[in-house]
Amino acid sequence: MSTLTKFSAIPYTGPAPTNRQPYVPAEAAAMDTRGAAIAAKVQGLEQELGQDMATFLVDKARIVDVLLALRDHPELQFTLPLDLFGVDYPNRDGARFDLVYQLYSLANNERVRLKVPVGENESVPTSIGVYQAFDWFEREAWDMYGIGFAGHPNLRRILTHENFQGHPLRKDYDPAQRWLLTDQGIATITPKIAPEFQQNEDESDFERVTLNLGPSHPATHGTLRMVVTLDGETIVGSEQEIGYLHRCFEKMSETHTYQQVIPYTDRLNYCSAIINNVGYCMTVEKMLGIESPERANHVRLMLSEFYRISDHIICIGTNLVDMGALTNFWWLFQPREEIIALAESCSGARLLPSYLRIGGIAVDVPEDFLRNAQKIVNMLPKFIDDVEALVMKNRIFRDRVEGVGVISREDAINFGFTGPCLRAVGVPFDVRKSSPYLGYETYDWDVPVAEGGDTYARFLVRFEEMRQSLRILQQAIDRGLPPGPVMVDNPYVALPPKAKVYNEMESLIYHFKLIMHGIQPPVGETYFQVEGGNGEVGFYVISDGTKHPYRVRVRPPCFPIFEAFGKMITGQTIPDAIAALGSLNIIAGELDR
Amino acid sequence: MPLNTDKSDSIIPRKSGVAPGEGAEKGLITLPGEADREVDGLSDTSFVTTKLDQVVNWARGNSLWPLPFGTACCAIEFMSMVSSHYDISRFGAEVVRFSPRQADLLIVAGTIVDKQAPVLKKIYDQMPEPKYVIAMGACATSGGFYRAYHVVQGIDEIIPVDMWVPGCPPTPDGLMYSILKLKEKIERGEIRRG
Repeated sequence: MSTLTKFSAIPYTGPAPTNRQPYVPAEAAAMDTRGAAIAAKVQGLEQELGQDMATFLVDKARIVDVLLALRDHPELQFTLPLDLFGVDYPNRDGARFDLVYQLYSLANNERVRLKVPVGENESVPTSIGVYQAFDWFEREAWDMYGIGFAGHPNLRRILTHENFQGHPLRKDYDPAQRWLLTDQGIATITPKIAPEFQQNEDESDFERVTLNLGPSHPATHGTLRMVVTLDGETIVGSEQEIGYLHRCFEKMSETHTYQQVIPYTDRLNYCSAIINNVGYCMTVEKMLGIESPERANHVRLMLSEFYRISDHIICIGTNLVDMGALTNFWWLFQPREEIIALAESCSGARLLPSYLRIGGIAVDVPEDFLRNAQKIVNMLPKFIDDVEALVMKNRIFRDRVEGVGVISREDAINFGFTGPCLRAVGVPFDVRKSSPYLGYETYDWDVPVAEGGDTYARFLVRFEEMRQSLRILQQAIDRGLPPGPVMVDNPYVALPPKAKVYNEMESLIYHFKLIMHGIQPPVGETYFQVEGGNGEVGFYVISDGTKHPYRVRVRPPCFPIFEAFGKMITGQTIPDAIAALGSLNIIAGELDR
Repeated sequence: MPLNTDKSDSIIPRKSGVAPGEGAEKGLITLPGEADREVDGLSDTSFVTTKLDQVVNWARGNSLWPLPFGTACCAIEFMSMVSSHYDISRFGAEVVRFSPRQADLLIVAGTIVDKQAPVLKKIYDQMPEPKYVIAMGACATSGGFYRAYHVVQGIDEIIPVDMWVPGCPPTPDGLMYSILKLKEKIERGEIRRG
């Protein structure tokens, strides 16, 4: 009996509910100052204050000029396009949509966000001339929101199919409304001939043939499709078609609570699921203004690195299978099973653990976690060395990959490459170094960089990255797991322990509130990025103070990389295209979302 | 040299091996060297009588040629099943064919979206009879947790299915179990089509 009076009598002194105040990012003041400095250099920027990166409103008529100025200004150099997407505000006065551009400056290591208000049935001038990457991003904004782009050469649906009606990410679109695609509806794709091959068609001995590869083709791994035009054996034009795994991640996020989104993020890049979990959870934690405990962060970091190795193993293994070298695949999958077993011992699930929670990790790691991790770290170098010795000095292999699928440094940056593919053209950009999270700055490791931008360079980078991940892991094991809890002590974020729920009224209420009403972050928007297996995985979350995210946008690293694929294989042959495709590690779950 | 699976540095828990022959009677399926086992009564006779159907079904069940229609996460677990640790070749289903003309088992591993649906139907139609279909994982079975505007809510909207495998994604042993169950069904002659 005393229990009841005790707890009802004590006034609550814990943290305040999270959604009562608007979201103010910690870096808002610094970003306002920096934003003012940028606005002084470029015409046509109207600053939006209190954001987590320098943010500007731009009139849609001026957007191309502004992008050009930001890219070419010698002190700014926003050369790397990160993302372009829409946001729908149907009940807002004025323009219905916001078109959001995010750019990155490799020279200054800073980010900028531009917002262009667009009304319904209005169009924005296309910015393909400034950033080639925005070709597909603009098509996606058209597909998802119906925002038009004046001057776009190929503005058709990209993720959904040809018979689709309406624009699914609009707020008034029913999430379950499907449209059937029939054989008759499938559009014919005719690739555009590359400019350097347009002249000499008459000189060729061959008639030009258009060939379809995929989506069901052994080298396209199920969901990639490219249509190539061949002159003899030479590829003279190529168009990639995507959307064969468009599982509506962004719409599903809007219909679920913040915690329920975590399993969906696993299935973005399913080869390195934990890293997506980290990216999403840390974005929401940033909005909530909480930090997960040290012990949880340590586990997050270790599992991230293990999954990065596993991701590279799958990439290297399957790429070599496509080229006919099956042994490496069998050999590398053995240590990969051990990595999966480690994740299974923590979470109970193998490939897609959904192990993280907003505010920490689901349960504590088993007692022998570090000992098992050490065993895997001891075991892996032999497998990596073996495979490297088998292929990297192999004459046959090198003839197949050297000079194949080349992309120049300028093109890679202009296409928005990140991750191993960008490092293979000699740009040492790694989110873990440029904006460290989880304490990566306290570890001693290097960013591997290769020159050349061909398939061989990408192999080199991936092999070395696995070794660097092992270095990080060894240091993490040596430091040991910090003691303490694995979840934050905040009843508005973390469920109270079961024993307390059964015995204390207050905990029962918190449990009920959290299950029924979910986590409710403050009103605002934020972006946070982590280094995924393929590049920068960023999450842009908008909260309206309710239990459902208003908008979750994931920045997909594969998307711009696969977009550039056509350019990389033009002038080469089909076997070259197969070798190059595998080395890019296009993961369809992330590409199509 | 094959990797010694009893090495102490592996963290995967393993059961101790079962001697050939003994395990079979207990219904265990981990049988290295089962081919060497003598079948009672066969060694001293020169002929066996049976029905043609049974022999054909026995042969079919023991040499399934799968076509992995892998679209998503499940495809990675399919890779685990065929690769070194789980090794489906122990049960005769390791000849992975990417051409539907050469396969008799379609394993749909992953989410099928509306854009992909006509492709899947075409692949199924191209396979020669007799053909079997395994829907691997929650997405292929029912759309999974993607109750969304672009996802097929189970591949039985498009093609007939013989086996459904639960899980998101199913474990390699789960998929392996479904192949063994399918094999049993084929050997019993339950599935006849065309």
